[in-house]
Amino acid sequence: MSGQALHEPFEDLERQRLAAAFGMWIFLATEILFFGSAFLAFSVYRQLHPEGMLAAARETNIVLGSVNTAILLASSVTMAVADKAAEQMRKRETILCLALTAAFGLGFLVVKLFEYREDIAERLVPGPHFALTEPGAQLFFGFYWVMTGIHAIHLTIGIVIVLITIWRIRRGSLAYGRSGFLPSLGLYWHLVDVVWIFLFPLLYLGGRA
Amino acid sequence: MTRSLQTPALGGHELPSYLEDGHSLRSWLLSTDHKRIALLYFGSITLFFFVGGAAATLMRLELISPSGRFFSNDGYNRLFTLHGVVMVWFFLVPSIPTTFGNFLLPLMIGAKDMAFPRLNLFSWYLNTVGGLLVIACLVLGGVDTGWTFYTPFSSLFANGYVILAAMAVFVAGFSTIATGINFIVTIHTLRAPGMRWMRLPLFVWTQYATALVIVLATPVLAITLLLLMAERLFGLPIFDPAQGGDPVLFQHLFWFYSHPAVYIMILPAFGVISELVACFSRRRVFGYTAMIYAILGIAVIGFFVWGHHMFVAGMSPLAALVFSFLSFVVAVPSAIKVFNWTFTLYRGQIYFEAPMIYALGFIGLFTTGGLSGLFTASLPVDVHVTDSYFVVAHFHYIMVGGAVSAFFGALHFWWPKITGRMAPDGWARFAAILMYFGFNFTFFPQFLMGYLGMNRRYHQYAPEFQIYHVASSTGAAVLAAAYALPMFYLGWSLIWGRRAEANPWGATGLEWQTSSPPPRENFLKTPQVREQAYDYHPETEAPLHEAPEGRRPHNPQGAGA
Ligand code: HEM
Ligand SMILES: [Cu+2]
Repeated sequence: MSGQALHEPFEDLERQRLAAAFGMWIFLATEILFFGSAFLAFSVYRQLHPEGMLAAARETNIVLGSVNTAILLASSVTMAVADKAAEQMRKRETILCLALTAAFGLGFLVVKLFEYREDIAERLVPGPHFALTEPGAQLFFGFYWVMTGIHAIHLTIGIVIVLITIWRIRRGSLAYGRSGFLPSLGLYWHLVDVVWIFLFPLLYLGGRA
Repeated sequence: MTRSLQTPALGGHELPSYLEDGHSLRSWLLSTDHKRIALLYFGSITLFFFVGGAAATLMRLELISPSGRFFSNDGYNRLFTLHGVVMVWFFLVPSIPTTFGNFLLPLMIGAKDMAFPRLNLFSWYLNTVGGLLVIACLVLGGVDTGWTFYTPFSSLFANGYVILAAMAVFVAGFSTIATGINFIVTIHTLRAPGMRWMRLPLFVWTQYATALVIVLATPVLAITLLLLMAERLFGLPIFDPAQGGDPVLFQHLFWFYSHPAVYIMILPAFGVISELVACFSRRRVFGYTAMIYAILGIAVIGFFVWGHHMFVAGMSPLAALVFSFLSFVVAVPSAIKVFNWTFTLYRGQIYFEAPMIYALGFIGLFTTGGLSGLFTASLPVDVHVTDSYFVVAHFHYIMVGGAVSAFFGALHFWWPKITGRMAPDGWARFAAILMYFGFNFTFFPQFLMGYLGMNRRYHQYAPEFQIYHVASSTGAAVLAAAYALPMFYLGWSLIWGRRAEANPWGATGLEWQTSSPPPRENFLKTPQVREQAYDYHPETEAPLHEAPEGRRPHNPQGAGA
């Protein structure tokens, strides 16, 4: 048995699903402005201090960054499949794909932690002991830490929600196939990926032509 | 064609009202009923109105003497910062949307509740967490950066609890985003059959536009505050000029939110005024469609004028010109609204009851504030008056004279619907008039002294300004009395007030067709809408001269129902 799909104040499921997706899209719009403003500030500094910013970008670990990009893309695939499986009420496949998604997400965070450890060892944390001297290099790493940090927080929230969703589907308290919940969760997950798709070239590819 | 409005068409005295639907604390704190959540919000913003008001009182007290008698410079800085932060983010931004918007939106469109009732409750909790943070900040000693948090002062040099204050605003910001999303989705998906877009009351339209501005502007403030916190907390250089950072970038980001935010504060007031003016002049709103385009125009153009807060911060002459021009442009739709309200009065049958007095006061004060905005929008004048009391007067005329008057107008108008009791109209009229008088008494002198050169944010000043400051502080005492009065008579009315009928003002709109106070489910059966908004009289006739019998009846309060 799965939980009740239709909630107050809606009177038909179609409209409720529409509302859930629509609400999530609006939330995504706010997220785009949220990250977009930081991207904008970053671009302004890139314009002001091209050399320093590019020199700093060359210090990032492109191998780990690329691996993580691949991991996140894979997680988006499994998330999309989970959504399709749920549409057809295939409980086992839905849970499996969601579990894979969460696992990829965790994998990303683990790789990111290793990368952070290396960054710290290479004195890439802005401050008196910072490794580079070009003007603007510290700004680059100011943004690097803030942006990847905020992205990681978003991803963590996503993972927690995916895990709770798995638990609720197994317990039977979520009408996973019809309530419009999974597509919304998927939208959120894909957004977190897309943000990374922008972060990756900005932070890792700059200066490496 | 006479219409009876005494019996609610759609809602039932058969059902217990939403107020009787559970009496435990839990039934309030965990309620997902939009009407109860509105009251929860009403509690929190009232609290913060008085916190911010206390700070204002202390400031006005301090300013009576030119020598800065009671507070240190630092103490005074903390005082006006607290006042600004609390009044902007914990009172005015949430005020009308979270209380009247929450309460009325589903009623006005004929829905049972918001689209996401639990998100609605969650947003109140977020707001409360933000409120606790700001109170913690206050108790620990406050902040001295001004409500604008300019870097690098805020991020590198300021003493005080900048992080706590920024965190408070950040959390409260997400609470308004949640409310905004809820409003937009509700209006799109839960309108009753026949409630087409072009039949929506203007109050709903303004809530819609406000919600749009909220969801598109607030995230920019959120990331800006996060960057500020990162710089202050972790020493990550973002705006630090020593590392090549650009403090003016902070100002751009801040005002990209904060100019649209002034429309978050004023658009809902526009909605309220449209309802009040129509009802108390028994008239269709003049230019209903034009009003909608004006609302949307303001919401859109409002995003492109933020630079007018930075004319003296350094920008290219071209940019300054464009921002100045667009600031004039954004005033046009506001002016259209004022003209339309005035034309609505024309050939109307005007009743001067308390809500209407607030509405008329709003029109006067908003017009004054808006015209002074044109002064500040023109470059040469602005260079002269920037950071002076002229600007202080400008935005108080709009935010306090305008938005707060509208809030009180709404409170008196929908009080019978919310509580089921009539407020004593004589007292209410007295408070409304006192408020208008006290407001002008407080803030008009500030235009004068600002123009003469009195800077804002100073508590020591040249003695020749003392007369203006004393006048302003005296006015503030009157204004404070006018704000406190409703507490007493509205509280009184809760117990001894006359019981309200479903539609005591003879107003149009679905919210008046259910009982006062409404049942939990709002309506007994789903409403069917067949009329346009503000159907006070047949479309082709003005009510005063032609066919008075076609007009909706209205019994002036006190004349007995
Ligand atoms: C008629 C349209 C308006 C125009 C053309 C206008 C213009 C301006 C300008 C040019 C300034 C900057 C002055 C300076 O700092 O030197 C300003 C400041 C301000 N305005 Fe307006 N304004 C308008 C409407 C509003 C509204 C509707 C509100 C609020 C609901 C508002 C609130 C403020 C605030 C809070 C400030 C000062 C911010 C600060 O420095 O702390 N304005 N306005
Ligand atoms: Cu502005």
